[in-house]
Amino acid sequence: MDGFLKGHQMMNSREVFLHEVATVCVLAGKILLQNGAETFRVEDTMNRIANSFAVHEAQSFVTPTGIIFSIENHDVTQLVRIRDRATNLRKVTEVNTLSRQVAQGAINLRTLHRELSRINRSTVAYSVPLQVFAAAVASSCFLLMFLGQWHDVLPAFIAGGAGQAGMIYFHKLSKAKFFSEFMSSVIIGGIALVSIKTGFGLQIDKIIVGAVMPLVPGVPIANAVKDIMAGDLVAGLSKSAEAGLTAFAIGIGVTAALFFN
Amino acid sequence: MQLFTVICVQSIASYLATCAFGIIFNIPFKPLLHGGLIGMIGWLIYFFLFQNTGSDLLATFAASLVIAMMSQVAARLWKNPVTLYSVSGIIPLVPGGLSYSVMSRAVDNNYDIAIYFAEKVFVLSGAIAMGLVLAEVIYQLVQKIKEMVPQKTDNRIFLSKK
Repeated sequence: MDGFLKGHQMMNSREVFLHEVATVCVLAGKILLQNGAETFRVEDTMNRIANSFAVHEAQSFVTPTGIIFSIENHDVTQLVRIRDRATNLRKVTEVNTLSRQVAQGAINLRTLHRELSRINRSTVAYSVPLQVFAAAVASSCFLLMFLGQWHDVLPAFIAGGAGQAGMIYFHKLSKAKFFSEFMSSVIIGGIALVSIKTGFGLQIDKIIVGAVMPLVPGVPIANAVKDIMAGDLVAGLSKSAEAGLTAFAIGIGVTAALFFN
Repeated sequence: MQLFTVICVQSIASYLATCAFGIIFNIPFKPLLHGGLIGMIGWLIYFFLFQNTGSDLLATFAASLVIAMMSQVAARLWKNPVTLYSVSGIIPLVPGGLSYSVMSRAVDNNYDIAIYFAEKVFVLSGAIAMGLVLAEVIYQLVQKIKEMVPQKTDNRIFLSKK
C-alpha cells in the first residue's frame, strides 16, 4: 500500500498490497538466484519475506533458470526468467541482512523495495586486477596443497592469473556459454606447455590442475548434489548438467593446447 | 621437523587459497578472513586423514562435516548466510581437478580411466553434500533440544508485536 506500483488503481488496497509484496519477494529471489544462493535458500527467503508482511499463503518454485511466485487464493502470480548467473556473495549477504531486518519488523515495504533495487543495481566488487591476483595466488597455493614442487609455483601463478584474466575478458567479449571457460583453459594449457618446454616447470599435470582450479565448477557440483538431497530435483539435475559441460569445456580446452606438444 | 614444515606450508597455502577464492566470489572482507580459517582447518583434517588412512572418501566426508558445522556456528555468530563460510572452505575438497581429469582422459581416448574418475567425482561430491546436509541436521537437532529447555525471553512475543 506504499504506492510504488502505479497503474493498479482499479484494485482495492488489499490487492495492491499483495502485488507489492509479490514484487518485492520476486526481486529478492532474483538477486539471490543470480548471485549464487542455493535453491532452497531462495525459496525460503521469499516465503519468509511474504510471511513477515502477514501474507501466509505464498508459494514459490525456483529452478536455476527461473522463479515462479504466487500467493494462493488471490490472483497474484509472478514469473521471472533468469539468464545470467554469477557468484557474487556480497549481494547474497546484503539481501540476507535485509530479510533479517524485515523479520524483526525494522523496515517497511517501501524501504525494502528501495534497498533491494539498490542492491540489484550495485556494482560494488573487488577490482579486476585483485581478482586476477587472487586467482594466481589460489593456483600456486593449490599446487602446493596437491604436493607439487616449489619449482612449479611460478608457472602455476602465471597460468592461473592469465586463466582468470582470460575468463573475465572472454566473458565480456561473448556471452556464449562455455566459450570463456574453453578459451581460458586453452591459455592455461599453452602457458603450462611453454613453461615445460623452456625448463621453468617440471610437472605439467600439477601445474595444469592447480591453474584450472579457479575455473573448474567445484561449487556447482557440490551444490547440485546438495539440491538433489534437499528435494529440489529439477534444480539439482540441471545444475549438474551445466557443471558437467563446464568441466567438458575445460578438458577440451587444455587438451587442445597440449595438442601442440 | 619435516612434519612441522609440511603443516606450516599446508596451513598457509590452504588459508591463502580459501581467501583468494573468497575474493573471486566477492565475499565481504570480514567473513573472508573467518572463512579462510574454516577452510584451513578443513583442509588440514582432510590432508592428515588422507595421509594416514589413504581413504579420500572418509577424509572428504570428515572435512566437509567439520567445515559445515563451523560454518553453521559462524553464520549464527556473525549473522551472515552459511554459504559465505562454507563455499570457499569446501573448494579444496571438491574434486575439481578430478573432474578436469575425467574430461582430459576421455579426450585422450582413455575411456576406462575416465569412467573410473567420473565415478570417483560422483562419490566424492556425494560425500561432501552428505557432510553439509548432516551438519545442518545436527544443528537443527541442537536447536530443538534448546527449545525444549524453557527460556526466560521468548522472542516470538517480540515478533508478533509488530
